[in-house]
Amino acid sequence: MSTPSTQETAESQASAGLGRDDVAGPGRDDVAGLGRDDVAHLARLARLALTDEELDHFAGQLSAVLDAVAAVGKADTGDVPPMTHAVPLTNVTREDVVTPSLPRDVVLAQAPAAEDDRFRVPQILGEEE
Amino acid sequence: MTAPVNTDLTQLDAAELGRRLAAGETSSVELTRAYLDRIAAQDGVLGAYLHVDAEAALARADEVDAARAAGAELGPLAGLPVALKDVFVTEGVPTTSGSKILEGWRPPYDATVAARLKAAGTVLLGKTNMDEFAMGSSTENSAYRPTRNPWDPDRIPGGSSGGSSTAVAGGLAPWALGTDTGGSIRQPAAMTGLVGHKPTYGAVSRYGLIAFSSSLDQAGPMARTVLDAATLHEAIGGHDRCDSTSIDAPAPVLVTAVQEGARGELAGLRVGVVRELGGDGHTDGYDPGVLDRVRETVELLEGMGAEVREVSCPAFDLALPAYYLIAPSEASSNLARFEGMRFGLRVGDDGSHSLEEVMSLTREQGFGPEVKRRIVLGTYALSAGYYDAYYGQAQKVRTLITRDFTSAFDDVDVLVSPTSPTVAWPIGARVDDPLAMYAADLCTLPASLAGLPAISVPCGLSEGLPVGFQVMAPALADDRCYRVAAAVEAALDAARGSRFLDELTRRAAA
Repeated sequence: MSTPSTQETAESQASAGLGRDDVAGPGRDDVAGLGRDDVAHLARLARLALTDEELDHFAGQLSAVLDAVAAVGKADTGDVPPMTHAVPLTNVTREDVVTPSLPRDVVLAQAPAAEDDRFRVPQILGEEE
Repeated sequence: MTAPVNTDLTQLDAAELGRRLAAGETSSVELTRAYLDRIAAQDGVLGAYLHVDAEAALARADEVDAARAAGAELGPLAGLPVALKDVFVTEGVPTTSGSKILEGWRPPYDATVAARLKAAGTVLLGKTNMDEFAMGSSTENSAYRPTRNPWDPDRIPGGSSGGSSTAVAGGLAPWALGTDTGGSIRQPAAMTGLVGHKPTYGAVSRYGLIAFSSSLDQAGPMARTVLDAATLHEAIGGHDRCDSTSIDAPAPVLVTAVQEGARGELAGLRVGVVRELGGDGHTDGYDPGVLDRVRETVELLEGMGAEVREVSCPAFDLALPAYYLIAPSEASSNLARFEGMRFGLRVGDDGSHSLEEVMSLTREQGFGPEVKRRIVLGTYALSAGYYDAYYGQAQKVRTLITRDFTSAFDDVDVLVSPTSPTVAWPIGARVDDPLAMYAADLCTLPASLAGLPAISVPCGLSEGLPVGFQVMAPALADDRCYRVAAAVEAALDAARGSRFLDELTRRAAA
């Protein structure tokens, strides 16, 4: 199977640090559509802290959308290759030369928090680690 | 109060404004002031703009006027105002993509298309409203405010480039750039009586365009006339080494095609009417008035010498489900960059929350409902165990749609259809029904998925509201879209005895 870069990014994002294979996945209880717990699980994978109201609301809406988009399964795609992109370009290269980057001060001026010429981020490791 | 002379200027097309500038009949400052006055008077109701910097625009206009007075050699666009959808990053000018997560952000660089328009001497009036991250068909998903349709302020202006469509149709900008992922240039153009063109994927740089669905996103022009759209397209088109998906082909020559089309030179042109987009057995959800106008327009083309036949593209029936898997999947990946660390909003950074919690809280507060829905759907479609059935299968359907186009273009030169199944609907009517909202993109999605050029040109009114006629062409044959659209525009203008948007000017004056 071809592996588009978007998938790699999404999967690495989704799986980072969550041990996803150990977690009950969406739909794995063989219930059609997306339940409230499924939406909560997916939201966690996507780093979205949804509210209770949103979970209730989205579960119904997303089940309806999922039913509709599942229509792609009707197509006979036996030996049809997937299309990842409209432009058949591969390996776009350029000369490996140094070019100016954006000025550090200008970029850091737009950051939520900066310190010592760097982005300041919240603590990454918990105390128990 | 706006002076009468200024009101007149804002109802003219860019070609005429450019002629007056070159002839010294008006100045860039006078022109810019006319639009700024009209924005001040009307945008409180219309909501076309998210950001306007009158001082900066006038200063820029003054520079261009001074250069002209000093005898500098200026290009044809010099001094003409323009509006940009807020999805294009603009150096030092606030850019939000319609989202609270980027509120107050001032990008450190210009999108390539913004830089090209700047280099051409245009004057940036402001950044236009849009559905958040371009996800929507009505501009109601803007995190800031909805945009209203100048034809009827109680109706939507289309989306996601609804700020640009209302700005141009309402005389708050002579022309504007939008972006089109599944129809976001063409559909709002149809809803407001404009010409809107989605270029061939890769024909206009995406560098500096805040990404929604990278394999589909494309920037393009929205204008009062086909000629203006072609002129603006030529100014932004062509290869860009900053965009690795940019096609390294010669810059497009489109204005010539408009001139040929406007002369009605269509003898021998083979036109295919797509059955699956409003034809027999496929009229569910289409306004009868829309289908009538499109049928009349096809007859008009026939009268100009075109050979018309019906063409069947069966895979188009699955364009909507395929699109609403591919676009949310790519979006869930693209929007991972909005995590509150390097730019934009950050929530909960008070020492009591972990990095992951801060990211989750930031995204919860910064994203609106449609963006969240699509992130969750995309995350699901890309999940291990579901990938093949959803995202993978959608990509195969994309191949089938592209094959339908390829075999259709063996027999015809262009394909035509309605741009949208309906005219503009009342604000609020579809806001809590995602599937009804998605159906607005039915006719525009196939060309998006195949990466092909497609234009919407006004073809009349239904229920007193504009109807768009869509012309699709093979990759890099954007000139065919412009040629046919120009023929339609010229024939309808001649029959009507006036420009399409003159009707809106008349109504506003009444």
